[in-house]
Amino acid sequence: MSSLDQNVQDAKVQLDAHAVEIVKWHFSPESGSPFWLDWAKEAGWNPAEEISCFDDIITKFPHFQDEWLRDMPNEVWRPKAYDGRPFSIFETGGTTGMPKQRIGWEDYKIDYSEFSETLNDDHFPRDHYWMMVGPTGPRRLRLSIEHLANVRGCSTYFVDLDPRWVKRLISNKQFDQARAYMDHVIDQAITILKNRKVSALFTTPKLLEAMAERKDLIKAGIKGVFCGGTTMDQQYTRFLVEEICENQIGFVPTYGNTLMGLARHRPFGPENDYSITYHAPQPRAVLRVVDPKQTENLVDYDAWGRVELTTLTKEFFMPRFLERDEAIRRSPWEECPWDGVAEVRPFGAMEKKIVEGVY
Amino acid sequence: MAVPHIPCLRLGEPYVSLNKIEVTDYRDGATKATVSQVNAGVVRRDLQRIDLARAALRAFSTTELIEIGAKAGEIFLNGQVEIGVEGEMQSPTQYVETLSSTSGLPHVMVQRNMAKIHYALTNMQVVLNGLTRGIDPSILDAGVGEQFGTQVCFYPTSNALGLVMPSNSPAVNSLWLPAIALKTPIVMKPGREEPWTPYRLIQSFIQAGCPREAFGFYPTDYEGAADILNRCGRALIFGDKSTTDQYANNPAIQIHGPGWSKILIGDDEIENWRDHIDLIAGSIADNGGRSCVNASAVVVPKYGREIADALAQKLGPIKPTTVDDPEAKLSGFANPKMGEWIDGAIDADLSEPGCEEMTAKYRDGDRKVVTGGGTYLRPTIVYCESFDHPLSNREFLCPYASVVEVPQAEMLNQMGESLVVTAITGDKAFHEDLLASPMIDRLNLGPISTMKISWDQPHEGNMFEFLYKRRSIGIAAA
Repeated sequence: MSSLDQNVQDAKVQLDAHAVEIVKWHFSPESGSPFWLDWAKEAGWNPAEEISCFDDIITKFPHFQDEWLRDMPNEVWRPKAYDGRPFSIFETGGTTGMPKQRIGWEDYKIDYSEFSETLNDDHFPRDHYWMMVGPTGPRRLRLSIEHLANVRGCSTYFVDLDPRWVKRLISNKQFDQARAYMDHVIDQAITILKNRKVSALFTTPKLLEAMAERKDLIKAGIKGVFCGGTTMDQQYTRFLVEEICENQIGFVPTYGNTLMGLARHRPFGPENDYSITYHAPQPRAVLRVVDPKQTENLVDYDAWGRVELTTLTKEFFMPRFLERDEAIRRSPWEECPWDGVAEVRPFGAMEKKIVEGVY
Repeated sequence: MAVPHIPCLRLGEPYVSLNKIEVTDYRDGATKATVSQVNAGVVRRDLQRIDLARAALRAFSTTELIEIGAKAGEIFLNGQVEIGVEGEMQSPTQYVETLSSTSGLPHVMVQRNMAKIHYALTNMQVVLNGLTRGIDPSILDAGVGEQFGTQVCFYPTSNALGLVMPSNSPAVNSLWLPAIALKTPIVMKPGREEPWTPYRLIQSFIQAGCPREAFGFYPTDYEGAADILNRCGRALIFGDKSTTDQYANNPAIQIHGPGWSKILIGDDEIENWRDHIDLIAGSIADNGGRSCVNASAVVVPKYGREIADALAQKLGPIKPTTVDDPEAKLSGFANPKMGEWIDGAIDADLSEPGCEEMTAKYRDGDRKVVTGGGTYLRPTIVYCESFDHPLSNREFLCPYASVVEVPQAEMLNQMGESLVVTAITGDKAFHEDLLASPMIDRLNLGPISTMKISWDQPHEGNMFEFLYKRRSIGIAAA
């Protein structure tokens, strides 16, 4: 057996044990959350006893409905073990109507502290300054980026962008307004770059491009860009690396959201035509690429399917949530010996128009 | 020839994108080329250094660029031209066959379009003379000079000419050709099914000695097209009304939408209508009825039904034939769904009272024909009682025209905007009304086909006046 095969097996054993532990936690009256305890009563089976490995979650749980995060009060998601501890409320969606909300305490710190270890100090120098240009507000991302910078001894400047407003403008075909708002955001970012020393950026691809149009980012002292939020196909990634970062600024794409945390990428470049593969922070989160019509089934390696997310932390249990994304399933990697998701794009992107805007 | 890959050209330099689309045969779907598709950022990035492209053109005199254009015309018509990123070459015959296979145009129409483009390139002196109203080329080089006894001074309005091109007719490329002689680089998004003509033209120019920096060729998406239109300073867009409407109030963007070209017959000539049927039929159906200068309405004071019937007798029997038939009159649809949509739209509106399709009885079968894997629409002539009918002033990508009866005195009020109007009348008073009408872009007085282009006459806007402005100048005596 190769070392990778061995690592894959070890990771599976670890995931199975973690899955059992987390399910027991959420479905035990002494530690679990009201939502899942009630759910188990209605479902008529006891996951705390019947889940013996990760695959059991796939076969025995239905897909998580994210409407529950919109419709149910936040307290129902609080595990009993966290009683008395105020929680952070993180939002997703909400362009129109009530957003979906996830509560949390320490998960984002765990995810981003671990992620920090994957960053190269040459591109993300310690004890310096970061700037985040993107959606702050009620998002987990804002605290996460600040935590990531802090872990590395850095402080962060913030320039906010409200993606809900941008999506509304684009949906209403108010392109001039969207452009004006983006210019307003970029103006603020450029002002910071002109007046303060910043070595690392977190931003979205479109905002990164717009900043680079206004200022030479290398001359401005930027050494690393941590980038996520919208689709980056191979050509776009190549463009960002070769022409915006000029092969000098370290470019770190990420895939993540409020419900998962963040996935890290494996090396990419001209040798693989800039195809980005992401690996979830397993065992805390598991990404599967499934057949959209038979979601219990994985698609073959290197085939397209819909992304399914399972989150397994003591703060939050979310089985089999079907993301609004599709991706190519990739085989395990030495540093993350479990499946990866590649070339992520909105689900059905080839069939319908998706509003992504600048976020 | 192996399937070539047509790259993006970034200030003339080939760039192979990781995103590619296939251009396919309209009949069997066989891949004829792959084409690089670039993200909008590539366009924006290159526009930041477009000064280099203009500088490369400014190193030549206008006269030299006219000569280069003439050489390019010969190469375009007769030469071997690089078509693929691997150095694949394309002969004129291959160009005709390939463009025909992806656009649906029969060979004979491609050849006619080639001839038009060749004429424009080899007669650029005449074209520029018409556009500039006789300004000496040396004045364009210097930017200032004396002509007609007065000082004149011109300055460029933009560093590049943006082009969002269509796929329906190769000859529309002749519209941008003067830009090169006018030292303005082009930044083009080609039509999805028609990369062939602009790419062959660009390569012909380069082969003839034109600096390659002058040519930006960017197969791109909607965002890229919008950037080309909004960031070049001056741009042309081709498309249907829904596409072009959003730019209608932008003077930096010249719109080439539907033409709604028409033929009018005056009271004084209406009794002679039979003499003009061939000319009217040609105006409707030449070039497969695909051009904005094809007549889509015939406006007459009387005999509307008889005229429609005569046109139907002449055009109705036309049917698809082989692509290499020198008598071929119809084009296939590169996108069969477009043909289906048009067929359905015509049928839906025919159900509205006040019209009659006159071609139906002269046609052995349906309007839509699928043959040899290709989809075609046969000619359609509709008699309409008035301009109130939804089919009276429509333009479709096939030989289609309405015949509408309107009193002469009401014609100009009712007919709406028209790219070309051929007015068959000798009535001086009617001439005066026609000449004064702001609704007509090009006016033919007398029996002239709407399809006839005079190269010394500005067509759909004057490219010189679009790319240059005159300024007042004062120069102190030496």
